[in-house]
Amino acid sequence: MYLQDLIFTLQKFWADRGCVVEQPVDVEVGAGTFHPATFLRVLGPEPWNAAFAQFCRRPGDGRYGENPNRAGGYYQFQVGLKPSPLHVQDLYLDSLRALGLDPAAHDIRFVEDDWESPTLGAWGLGWEVWCDGMEVTQFTYFQQAGGIDLMPVTAELTYGVERIAMYLQGVDSMYDLKWDKNVTYGQLRKPWEFEYATYQFEELDAKISFAAFDTYEGECKRLLARKVKDAPAPLVLPAYEFAMKASHAFNCLDARGAISVTERQRFIGRVRGMAKACAETYVASRAALGFPLLPKALQAQAVEAYRTAAESGVNAGALAAARSVAAHAEEIAHAG
Amino acid sequence: MPADLLFEIGCEEIPAKMLARQLVDFPAFVELRLAAARLEHKGVRALGTPRRLAVIVKQLADRQPDLNEEVVGPPVSAAFAPDGTLTKAGQGFAAKNGVAPEALEKKEVAGKKGQYVVAVRNVVGQDARGLLSGLLTDLAASIAWPKSQRWGWSETTFVRPVQWLVALFGGEVVPLTWAGQTSGRASRGHRFLSPGPVEITSADGYVDALRAAHVVVDPEARKDLVRAELERLARSTGLRVRPDEALLAEVIHLGEYPVGVCGEFDPAFLQIPEEIIVTTMRTHQRYFAMENQDGTLANRFATLMATIVKDPAIVQAGNQRVIASRLSDGKFFVSEDRKKSFDAWNDKLESVVFQAKLGDAAKTIGHKVRRIEKIAAAVATFASMDAASVELVKKAARVCKADLASHAVGEFPELQGVMGRHYAKDFGYPAEVGSAIDEHWWPKGQGAALPITAAGAIIALADRMDTIVGCFAVGLEPTGSADPFGLRRASIGIWQILLSRPDWSTLWTPLFAATRDALAEHGVAIKDPTALETFFRARLRGIFTEQGIPAQDADAALAQEFRDPVDARARALACAKISKEAREVFKRVANILDDARGKKIAFGAAPDPGKFVAPDNVEHKLFTAVTEAQAREKAPRAARDYTKVFESLEQLRPTVAAFFDKGGVMVMDPDAALRDNRLALLSWFIAPYLSIADFRLLGVVTGDGSAAGSSTAKGVGAVARSKE
Repeated sequence: MYLQDLIFTLQKFWADRGCVVEQPVDVEVGAGTFHPATFLRVLGPEPWNAAFAQFCRRPGDGRYGENPNRAGGYYQFQVGLKPSPLHVQDLYLDSLRALGLDPAAHDIRFVEDDWESPTLGAWGLGWEVWCDGMEVTQFTYFQQAGGIDLMPVTAELTYGVERIAMYLQGVDSMYDLKWDKNVTYGQLRKPWEFEYATYQFEELDAKISFAAFDTYEGECKRLLARKVKDAPAPLVLPAYEFAMKASHAFNCLDARGAISVTERQRFIGRVRGMAKACAETYVASRAALGFPLLPKALQAQAVEAYRTAAESGVNAGALAAARSVAAHAEEIAHAG
Repeated sequence: MPADLLFEIGCEEIPAKMLARQLVDFPAFVELRLAAARLEHKGVRALGTPRRLAVIVKQLADRQPDLNEEVVGPPVSAAFAPDGTLTKAGQGFAAKNGVAPEALEKKEVAGKKGQYVVAVRNVVGQDARGLLSGLLTDLAASIAWPKSQRWGWSETTFVRPVQWLVALFGGEVVPLTWAGQTSGRASRGHRFLSPGPVEITSADGYVDALRAAHVVVDPEARKDLVRAELERLARSTGLRVRPDEALLAEVIHLGEYPVGVCGEFDPAFLQIPEEIIVTTMRTHQRYFAMENQDGTLANRFATLMATIVKDPAIVQAGNQRVIASRLSDGKFFVSEDRKKSFDAWNDKLESVVFQAKLGDAAKTIGHKVRRIEKIAAAVATFASMDAASVELVKKAARVCKADLASHAVGEFPELQGVMGRHYAKDFGYPAEVGSAIDEHWWPKGQGAALPITAAGAIIALADRMDTIVGCFAVGLEPTGSADPFGLRRASIGIWQILLSRPDWSTLWTPLFAATRDALAEHGVAIKDPTALETFFRARLRGIFTEQGIPAQDADAALAQEFRDPVDARARALACAKISKEAREVFKRVANILDDARGKKIAFGAAPDPGKFVAPDNVEHKLFTAVTEAQAREKAPRAARDYTKVFESLEQLRPTVAAFFDKGGVMVMDPDAALRDNRLALLSWFIAPYLSIADFRLLGVVTGDGSAAGSSTAKGVGAVARSKE
């Protein structure tokens, strides 16, 4: 199976089960979880099912294109199912079958792997899914994001695209992967890996990234603090974009070795602060919009419950809104 | 009729370690709940796999026993007003026990004066069937997990989402609804090998029904199966599987139906340190290492699948691909590390925080390493090491933490020290330095090996004492069961090392002093040495009692002096040799002296023989006998042969008895001069024995710890021994 067919297959599989096939976010991110289609959509009472491939940048993992298993840029295929369906494991196993990984022929296991993102103020419980001893997917039940308790809970599936493709194609280096009939992964990606590893480790000017971080953080805060005419809430979507950009600036500085151990914690705290502020504003903004992804008949009661409870904080409001419609869970869309 | 109860909670994959813990804890928890519900039974057994937690209760009573009991309430005078009506207290008592006011009885109660109000409660036992729904629901909801989650829209939390419930009492379904599931008799088979429901007819048939559906639900049976599979793999390859009990305990909970499979890797990887290979396989992949018959590592591994596959060669090939890439990483780490040096890593450690609360002048690992070097050098000198050995200790101390900054240890923290030893060799250090780096982390756990080399032992002592004293100084001492910095374990390590080297038994004091000085130079001052001493004393007591020394003997010995653990142990052991009579005499003497001190009577440390005036010369006799005893005890005391000392004491007993008995002296003579001289005589006699053990803490019954002696006096035992 060519790498691009793997993505097509997963897109089709999850589209058929009720997912919106989103597109990658056009900002640098370290993981698909940063995509607003995940990080923001998991918040609040509205249902949301989406699938998308995401190019991820991890500057510190750059190896100049020389390591067959590690690279500074790679692809994740991410699925978010909110609410998590009770048979989500079965759905997931069906997706492996669709890829040609039949549990009758392979040793598939769910091995504990709890997930935590200090920069996003997020955590969840779940597993890494092993296929013949190889981790092919991160499977997480999100419990909290941006410091907000999540209800309903989202099941997040993150497929390691290169790993699975290497396994299916029987190659030992990701650069030998066939992207399609004619082009290899190496032909597509190697120059990028070399140039970016060189840039990140040798050329990157820390002064510029430090300044960029401050700028992004300042803009994020400014936007969140500002009332805009005609908008129901502060401009949280651009604000969150600046949080993503700041996070990437931090990753670059970290890879460059420009951040000391103690400073590191402080920077992570600053990104988390942005993520939390965005999460809270986002929930408030969705409430102001009337939680439009809920069935029409349930929107008013959810907004009402939110407003009443939000006096003691957005977290309480988000939970109250979800609880006010939970009895009608059958009427709310879910994947499967 | 009593019948067996089965309760199975089916869920998504439970983490292996949590399941292992739960299988141990669950039976006691269930028993507690059954006891609270007053339901008798003949035993509780927990079963489970990653996808289910189950409990079988043997011969559970089908109803509670009837209750006929008398509850004693307030005195009649308090329960009834003078006019015969019930007071508030009386009404409350009747209501609380569900008894009508007119049914209250008045009775004499054994051991109490006057009449009391008594409520006679006759409660008819309830049918178990009526209780079980609530009991099991409550049980499921109350299971403690280290981490729990919600899922979907549910409010329920559990270790992972709940998928089904089986609840059968004597073959009948116990109806209950919890976590979005309704109980029934349908369990589930293996996810891939026997998908779909498995009907359970009774608790009796549970294990077999699941076995037929490719689920080995009994963890012990699963362990046997895994062992058998590993043996099969060993036979088929002609190799041995390296025993690893901790890994075995984990892998039995990684699947419901374990099947072994072997794999191999490129023998070229055998060039990298063996620990890296074994740890890579173990930590990342849960593989067992395999070795040749001569014990050398083979380029093979054994692992367990969680299912039966059509062609194991496919799974084998997949696993081989994974481990090859993992070992490539390991090889890369080691080759990168070998390009560096201990000095370069030490530079990095200058900015790695060991303990922030110590303050900017003391908090980094760099600071700690400098302190360790100072302390170790001081202690080595005190231990009479020659100059060259002291230099070696210093050299090793300077690099004892360097490997913490290596890639390899960053990847596998459990290889700290081990990699240091390897890299010391690579970097051209003497072998003794490598050993000391590795061994300064020893003992690594209860019962683990102690440092072999003197340098390793000295650095181990210095490192641990620095951590303990530093943490105490900034208020990070352990509290209750919380010991986040492992200080109890560290102090036990210190005692074990000192106890294992009798020549070093007096090193605690210089070790402590050198540590205090080193920390003081870094601006960290100890405010309360007493708390530290109490802490160390309590740990030593724990070691002694674990070795079988009666608690009161340990207390008596440690109440006097604890810093020399070898001496303290000898004194504690000798306590068992003191006769009951001797203990009584000592208690008497000690009490007289305590009383006198209580009355603020000042007396000397030794008597004036010129003032001996008692009839029959009993004072003189005692004085002479004790003088002789002190002479003959000199040698055994020097040799710490306290048993001999107490044998000598035994010879004194008739003389002491005569001193007190009829015809003896009255210590508290009206003549103050005589009285004080007699007190001085007693004090002079008893002091050397008291320095061995505080007899006041010993019971008068020898042997076990159940004697009347207090184990909490003087705060010695006040710090309860807690689990390490």
